[in-house]
Amino acid sequence: MRIVAEHLSYTYNADTLFATAALKDVSLTVEEGEFFGIIGHTGSGKSTFVQHLNGLIRVPSSMKRYKKKKPKKGQALPPQTVLTVGEYDLTDKKTNFRELRKHVGMVFQYPEYQLFAETVKEDVAFGLKNFSEKKPTNEEITEAVRAALEVVGLNYNEIAKKSPFELSGGQKRRVAIAGVIVTRPEILVLDEPAAGLDPVGKREIMELLHKLHKEWCKTVIIVSHDMDEISENCTRAAVFSEGSVRYVLPPHELFQKREELRALGLDIPLTARLCEKLEQAGVKLDCDFTIDDFVAKLSALKEGKA
Amino acid sequence: MNALELKGVSFSYEEEGGFRIDNLNLTVGEGEFVAVLGHNGSGKSTLARLCNGLLEADAGEISVFGVPLDSKNLFEIRKNVGVVFQNPDNQTVATYVEDDVAFGAENIGLPREEIGKRIDFALKATGIEQLRHSTAARLSGGQKQRVAIAGVLALKPKIIILDESTAMLDPRGRREIVEVVNKLNKEEGITVLLITHFPEEALMADRAIVMNRGTVVMQGTPREVFARQEELLTYNLDLPRIGIICNRLRALGLNIADTMDEDELVKEIVRCVS
Amino acid sequence: MKDVSFGQYYPVSSFVHRMDPRLKILFLIAFITAIFLATSFYGLAICAGVLLLIILLSRVPVGKVFREIRGILFIVILTSVLNIFFYRGETEYWSWKFLSITREGLIFSAFLVCRLILLVTCSSMLTYTTSPVELTDGIESLLTPLKWIRFPVHELALIMSIALRFIPILMDETERIKNAQKARGADFESGGLIKRIRAIVPVLIPLLLSALRRAEELGDAMDARCYSGGRKRTKYKKLRLTWRDFVGFLVGAAVVTGVVLLRVYGVGTL
Repeated sequence: MRIVAEHLSYTYNADTLFATAALKDVSLTVEEGEFFGIIGHTGSGKSTFVQHLNGLIRVPSSMKRYKKKKPKKGQALPPQTVLTVGEYDLTDKKTNFRELRKHVGMVFQYPEYQLFAETVKEDVAFGLKNFSEKKPTNEEITEAVRAALEVVGLNYNEIAKKSPFELSGGQKRRVAIAGVIVTRPEILVLDEPAAGLDPVGKREIMELLHKLHKEWCKTVIIVSHDMDEISENCTRAAVFSEGSVRYVLPPHELFQKREELRALGLDIPLTARLCEKLEQAGVKLDCDFTIDDFVAKLSALKEGKA
Repeated sequence: MNALELKGVSFSYEEEGGFRIDNLNLTVGEGEFVAVLGHNGSGKSTLARLCNGLLEADAGEISVFGVPLDSKNLFEIRKNVGVVFQNPDNQTVATYVEDDVAFGAENIGLPREEIGKRIDFALKATGIEQLRHSTAARLSGGQKQRVAIAGVLALKPKIIILDESTAMLDPRGRREIVEVVNKLNKEEGITVLLITHFPEEALMADRAIVMNRGTVVMQGTPREVFARQEELLTYNLDLPRIGIICNRLRALGLNIADTMDEDELVKEIVRCVS
Repeated sequence: MKDVSFGQYYPVSSFVHRMDPRLKILFLIAFITAIFLATSFYGLAICAGVLLLIILLSRVPVGKVFREIRGILFIVILTSVLNIFFYRGETEYWSWKFLSITREGLIFSAFLVCRLILLVTCSSMLTYTTSPVELTDGIESLLTPLKWIRFPVHELALIMSIALRFIPILMDETERIKNAQKARGADFESGGLIKRIRAIVPVLIPLLLSALRRAEELGDAMDARCYSGGRKRTKYKKLRLTWRDFVGFLVGAAVVTGVVLLRVYGVGTL
């Protein structure tokens, strides 16, 4: 499923004293199969954008009105808002949003705080039961939950019957992710998936996401503050600032825009910083800003010189 | 004199069984900046709550500037040991910044003029004078945590403990907090205990301590601790990113001296490849 | 992200906004008393005139104020209908069994409607022009004498202000959890009552746990800052009366006196 957004705008608390524009004319396409990154400060509009993708925030119907309006003489029509996910037209009120949500899984920040059921199995099965047309049998549920738990690296026999609240922090987060992917969504969106984890926990979660990307969900989208995380993991990344998209580029091109990113108050990855300083010291290094490539290129440089 | 001293301290939650803190010994000198590293559940947050009497140790002795902590001098201890917690939303009592900073000073019954002076001081030290009349709820995460630090500073503590106060912030907020804390340590001479699981944040500390299963398993200068990557990994921790790059380069045969500084590393690389 | 405009505080600066909250609360009490003491349209007219002056001074849009009345439209209609039909008067226009419409009934129900509208409007003027924080401060200060009978005034005010602070946070959180469960296919909009109540469980439990977690951390943060209740505690902010409050006091006193005089001399009494 391909995601296409064109001229998407959104305002919170429209028509009040507190009206704040969260999205301003956002156009962005995410291809099927990408590991896509979304970067931006709190309040940059990235969360608002992401919540559009499964219809948690709807495109205001006023955006559709333009279709019917005839342009006045000499006046250009405002651009038409487009938002599609695969076949689904999200600007259309009649779209079956629940069906859409089955295909677009969404893991919110600190997802472990949304666990509620008495057992891990029940919690993971929640989405499964909600999305099924007819009631799934107990075997079907067990199978699906087992598969979901196993792919996130948990042992079904050990924890399915346990209360989610007696697990460790890292386990809880995995259970929460299992509860989203259990319906095998084609697109998986995660908001700060590694927030609050220790270094090894962070690495394990990123490894898990790559595994899911390979075996389970075609497209993975992560929202992250951590530029190193973006440069190490993503195929492309979009930079949000003050409600608009500034750049959509692969990390190795994006992080060459050091000054532009800094002007937006954003960081650049450590490898990009080192490359910058090396360049100033007369060593030009053409790397894609992953640690692997960085050390490999340096080693090659040394071999070449030797 | 030692600012903080823990001798054989143990603590367990009744409902859990097993120790959260297990025979912990730790001394922190006056004016020292100590980073406490540990994975989630290593007992580092329990440590923070023990040090100012929010939790009571089952065994052992905790003393602050030579005064042993007990139920009678709880307030004296709390005045001296300020704690800033993790969630920026859960620490402000009042709606406006100024009133929240005043809260602690009001609690100990200071006269109005003195409270006013302390608010001035605390806001200045944390660099948020311009937010004095703002609504706390509308600030950024980093600003909220600075308000929380200011609220603690209004009590003029000699020790500040930051209990994962950067965990929920974005990189910018995290930097703000670490800078403020470093400034308080260097300029005001406040002893700092920075509890975190970001290895980068330990770099500016005088000493780094690694906790695992409720006890101290490694300690030394940050460089000494980060020289032992294998051991850190067993505690679910790792080096700062720059250290990882150093090690990877060395593994590929580049003869690079150990460093945690970007400029130094660049010099080393230039020396090696040219 | 979302800004919850709590209550209906209308954040602008005006003469009325800058008045002391204590005086505004007392003024409201006096004003309500006056409305109840009024026995004639003249009395209500005094109140209405002063209220209009307040609205104009407060810079709150008049349309916004009157929109408040829509909320009580049902009660207004119900009261007037009941009074029109059941009020026993002398000048009968129409009657059927125990129902009748009389001249007195019409006048009386018009009087009641005016009274209701005045009551609602003057109360909402207080919340429009006084922030929740000021209100709590004002109430705490006004209740101070109760400390003599060991009434926990400070604790009550603190609870109120903490509640006010956390309501927007918890509302935000509810929204977040609701969205997270919606993303997992939860349906809050359709089905019968039982189904809907059951649908709330996946929101309620995480919300409750989160509220507990927050309460615990807030409690720790307060303890860590030496909180030990209201005793020995000092207060940094003191409410101060200004010339505005003196004006307010005079106007309030004038309204009550005017209404009482009209009542005593029976001018226009219904």
